[in-house]
Amino acid sequence: MDPVTLARLQFTITCVYHFFFVPLTLGLSILIALMETMYVRTGNELYKRMTKFWGKLFLINFAMGVVTGIVMEFQFGMNWSEYSRFVGDIFGAPLAIEALLAFFLESTFLGIWIFGWDRLSPRMHAATIWMVAIGSNLSAFWILIANSFMQEPVGYAIENGRAVMTSFFALLSNPHLWVQFPHVISSGLTTAAFFILGISAYHLFYKKRDSEIFLRSFKWGAVAGVIGISLVSLTGHSQAQYMVEAQPMKMAAGEALWQTEDPADLSLVTIIDEDQQRNVFDIRIPRALSLLAFNRFDGEVQGIKDIQQEYEALYGPGDYIPPVAISYWSFRSMVGVGSLMLLLAFYALFLMLTERLPKADRFLRWLPFAIALPIIATSTGWIFTEVARQPWIVFGIMRTEDAASPNVSVGMLLTSLVVYTLLYGVLIVVDVYLLAKYARDEPPINESLGGTVA
Amino acid sequence: MDLNTVWFILIAVLFTGYFFLEGFDYGVGILLPFLGKDEEERGRIIATIGPHWDANEVWLITAGGAMFAAFPSWYATMFSGFYLALLLLLVALITRGIAIEFRNKDIRPKWRSTWDWLIFGGSLVPPLLWGIAMANLLLGTPIDADMTYIGGFWTLLNPYALVSGLAFLAIFTLHGAAFLSLKLDEPILDRAFTAARRIWPAALVVGFFAFGVGYFVTDMYERLGVSPGLVPISAGAAMLAAGWFIRKKQGGWAFVMSGICIAFSSITFFVGLFPRLMVSSLNPEWSLTIYNASSSPYTLKVMTIVAAIFVPLVLLYQGWSYYVFRGRVTRDSKLEY
Repeated sequence: MDPVTLARLQFTITCVYHFFFVPLTLGLSILIALMETMYVRTGNELYKRMTKFWGKLFLINFAMGVVTGIVMEFQFGMNWSEYSRFVGDIFGAPLAIEALLAFFLESTFLGIWIFGWDRLSPRMHAATIWMVAIGSNLSAFWILIANSFMQEPVGYAIENGRAVMTSFFALLSNPHLWVQFPHVISSGLTTAAFFILGISAYHLFYKKRDSEIFLRSFKWGAVAGVIGISLVSLTGHSQAQYMVEAQPMKMAAGEALWQTEDPADLSLVTIIDEDQQRNVFDIRIPRALSLLAFNRFDGEVQGIKDIQQEYEALYGPGDYIPPVAISYWSFRSMVGVGSLMLLLAFYALFLMLTERLPKADRFLRWLPFAIALPIIATSTGWIFTEVARQPWIVFGIMRTEDAASPNVSVGMLLTSLVVYTLLYGVLIVVDVYLLAKYARDEPPINESLGGTVA
Repeated sequence: MDLNTVWFILIAVLFTGYFFLEGFDYGVGILLPFLGKDEEERGRIIATIGPHWDANEVWLITAGGAMFAAFPSWYATMFSGFYLALLLLLVALITRGIAIEFRNKDIRPKWRSTWDWLIFGGSLVPPLLWGIAMANLLLGTPIDADMTYIGGFWTLLNPYALVSGLAFLAIFTLHGAAFLSLKLDEPILDRAFTAARRIWPAALVVGFFAFGVGYFVTDMYERLGVSPGLVPISAGAAMLAAGWFIRKKQGGWAFVMSGICIAFSSITFFVGLFPRLMVSSLNPEWSLTIYNASSSPYTLKVMTIVAAIFVPLVLLYQGWSYYVFRGRVTRDSKLEY
């Protein structure tokens, strides 16, 4: 295997793995902060118990996110040194700011939150978890500034063969950022909501105990889930509409649309033959893609082959077509799973509001498995957005094949790949073991909480 | 002073902060299996750094980010060049972080002792590697005209680098022992002092030896002259004073002194490096400097504004976190919420 492929594989594994944990941190930090705020405001012990129960799970997840995040920061330099040299002037800045503004905030205040129950007033203590929530979500903001530059470079100039920043404000106001950031934040909320729904359902159905705390949690999960997944859908929709304009190739690949169409049809199922650049089998909804793209029943959506020709004229000869099948199926998977979550969240809310929850045995029995759904959707979402940008690492200005470290050999890449894979493999087992253990645990009862080391 | 120099100083500050802060929490991790006689004691030892270790580590993350932002070519050359060493560092940091966070999550003795040993290993490796890495930046490594490191992993393991690695290890361990002497009560307190007394001679000898070797194998001598100047001499004096305070069982002062020793040694190192970032052993012209490896003036300006606002803020709230958890961790302390 060539070094670039290995480096990409490594990035995929470490990035997707890192993002198993990130969305839950983003959303759950906010929900726990709200729970503790409710405790402070009402004095109701139930909210304190909820805070502690979900807090323990939050911490286990948070630790995994932190340690796998370090790999991400180091990896650009280790595996992608030419990339780092070329865009460091722009890309390094949000990364450094992320560490300075967000990582310090979340890690310092999380330390205080964990150990500070007896050392701070309830109000101060609740404030610390808000700092964690703000820090986590801020970190998403800054890293997405960096990623948005890769999707849509703005505020830069090429000088002496490298990209330099000309406008910091342009980076902050990158239109891509403002369709992507709300999408990521709301998927964080959704992930946390399904986590809470799933575990609450487990207790309500399988354990039949302490229904008060889990009924209340279920309600929170249902409301957060409906809000979260609705926002995910809306922001996803605006992102797709924007993509048609800004990155037509990505949309075309996601739809396996080889020829330009007006009106354009939306694919339901398509079997793709990438070598022949055609679809072997195709079921499409007439005009639906135009509708999604432009909110009307016509409108031109460009096809892969036409964009390829356009790009050849623009960027010179070359292959500008991303891996179509991977793009198509990851996009399909994200949207499909997202739609399923939309149904589930609304159904959960419906059960709550009509007070049918206690009798909804079948729903509760299966809901714990839905914890996996947001993870599938966010993973495939990232795979789609990164793979369908290929062959570019920074759209229009740098190709992935030119970005890897020239001095890092296949042997070194293989070594690190094997090491990460083994280490991550072991860690996921331990992580799932602990999450399952604490998710099944009886929630702490008032002051006899969790307790000492012994 | 130009912004390139400002950023060199800021990165030096970030690394110094990292060595000072994680210096003691690595030391605590290294001493863990030796000072904690049973599971409960080891839990208490971990609890001294429990609220802090992660925020301490962010100093490193921020230093890395700042390198990337201010001197992208330094980041690119060093991280791709020191590849396997950094891989080892990452494995250690991942393992250590998870071990600290997960050890208390199950009560089985086997579970806890396994994580405790991983905390030990994960704390042992980073000081060694940072000593090796820093020494090589100054000593010079094979960097070609395109700023690409063309040596291998073994190139890094030269005698000067190894001695520096050992010096980092010994001084951090001493620093950790001094920290524990501040944060624990009897009987572990007594053991911490004993450990500090035993480590001190080693830290002294290896520290001075590393400095002395550096004086000859790098261009430190040419730059600093016969008398190295106030900063390195103070670092040495602080090391001697640390020994004295340990003997007097004055943990607070011992900690201050080991801290000064670390900070001033780090400053000495960066003074010796300036204005270079990585010395090329092939051709001095090919060394990375704060000018040829830097970002554009515009980026440096933006980053300077951001740093000027937020670095003081970070210092303030991180300082507050130490204030919140002031005092000793005793048997009665709640170690986990």
